[in-house]
Amino acid sequence: MCGIVGLYARSDRIRKSLGKHVGAMLMQMSERGPDSAGAAFYSPSSAASKVTVQHDDPAVIEAVEKSVKQEHPGAKVNHRASHLVIHSDNTPQAMEAWVRTSHPAVRVMSAGERIEIYKEKGHPADFVSNYTLDQITGSHALAHTRMATESAITTSHSHPFSTGLDLCLVHNGSLSNHNRLRMKLANAGVRFETDNDSEVAAGYLTWRLSKGDSLRQALAAAIRDLDGFYTFAIGTRDGFAVLRDPVACKPAVLAETDDWVAMSSEYRAIAQLPGAENARVWEPAPAKIYTWEGNTAGEVAA
Amino acid sequence: MASFDLADNTVRELNKHLHGAVTDKVTVDNPGGKHSVAVGATDAHQVEINGNVGYYCAGMNAEASVVVNGHAGPGLAENMMSGRVHVTGSASQYCAATAHGGLVVIDGDASSRCGISMKGVDIVVKGSVGHMSAFMAQTGRLVVCGDAGDALGDSIYEAQLYVRGTVESLGADCEEKAMRAEHKQALQDLLDAAGVTGVSVDEFKRYGSARKLYHFNIDNASSY
Repeated sequence: MCGIVGLYARSDRIRKSLGKHVGAMLMQMSERGPDSAGAAFYSPSSAASKVTVQHDDPAVIEAVEKSVKQEHPGAKVNHRASHLVIHSDNTPQAMEAWVRTSHPAVRVMSAGERIEIYKEKGHPADFVSNYTLDQITGSHALAHTRMATESAITTSHSHPFSTGLDLCLVHNGSLSNHNRLRMKLANAGVRFETDNDSEVAAGYLTWRLSKGDSLRQALAAAIRDLDGFYTFAIGTRDGFAVLRDPVACKPAVLAETDDWVAMSSEYRAIAQLPGAENARVWEPAPAKIYTWEGNTAGEVAA
Repeated sequence: MASFDLADNTVRELNKHLHGAVTDKVTVDNPGGKHSVAVGATDAHQVEINGNVGYYCAGMNAEASVVVNGHAGPGLAENMMSGRVHVTGSASQYCAATAHGGLVVIDGDASSRCGISMKGVDIVVKGSVGHMSAFMAQTGRLVVCGDAGDALGDSIYEAQLYVRGTVESLGADCEEKAMRAEHKQALQDLLDAAGVTGVSVDEFKRYGSARKLYHFNIDNASSY
């Protein structure tokens, strides 16, 4: 069992308090996932790119900060618990490559123009307070609480998993063909850090997208190639997507008002949002791809 | 007359009240998607819940009438014994699963596995039901005024299914059956009990067990 929440802001009011709302939603999903928590926040940067890195040892993060200042004088950094966000005018690809070469010990959580991924093992309540989610603003976010069922409880095994620039995936469920698929994807050059099944789903999407698929095409292919139970939420630069497997045992609820579009494993997370009592609420159908992208008027496409 | 505001009161306080012997009119506000609201009522309480509920609302209900003015999460009225549960919105997965008696009315849609393993309950859904509804349904009636999803009535026993719209597919050992006068009368009684108006029993088709899979027969092995 795990908990998923997603929130897409349609108004400035929600954008300004995005982290506060996501934190409140995440707390409701604590019982579904007390082992670890994580979130992907999307907000515009004044610089060209954002790369989020993490290390448990503050001294290592300090060393990264120092070398960013020496080698990328225009870059800026933000600390959040064990994570460091590097804003620079390099491309996200170049910055990510620089971090991986210069500081191989740190984990690269995310790279892109807008995305920042934070995650850590431990109770969601600690995550919400240690990462001061209530101070985060942005356009949209996905978050996850994990109850580990098939692999270890570590920060690397936590969700969200990056699936490429400005992309990430969170998963509630379990995949049964992940070992074979991981070998195949690794041979095709996809990088894996853990033996976690959800990371394989993320790697699968990374691979399909790198072959030129649209997100919708990649998800349609995932229905065919991923065997198991899943509700996926996929964060994109401009919104998010939701997909349930054809059997649809794993729960999901969608809701929208003029102020926001939200998804969650359970309605009680959505109930935390302003105006939830008058929201349009519905359950996403099995094997159907739902996306919110692009404009603040909020296209709800099925 | 009692009222519980679940923003302040706990679900346990509410349910404890419903387990008492004194029949009461009970109002519940701000359910906020909480689980197990109004579970295990043991007497003819009149419960009105204002808002959306989470998992297992009105589970194991006996005799009480529970109205949800909103949507219900998974497992609504699971294993209900008697009484009446009415949801003005939609209900999530496995609504009225294994329920033995009483009447469940859903004004909106019920999603997958509605009435799974039902054991005598009557269910009236004014909208549509999802896939695998009435799976292994043993007895009782399921009425769907809209459409039914994939594999309706898979491995069904003696439950009776009435569907007004289209059925995406029938499950193993479920077949369409003749609507005789007694079925039309039974269906009319159910529609009346659920307060459904403006539809005619002549618009429904009846489905039930082909009774080919009751006893294991090696020739049917591929159908299970």
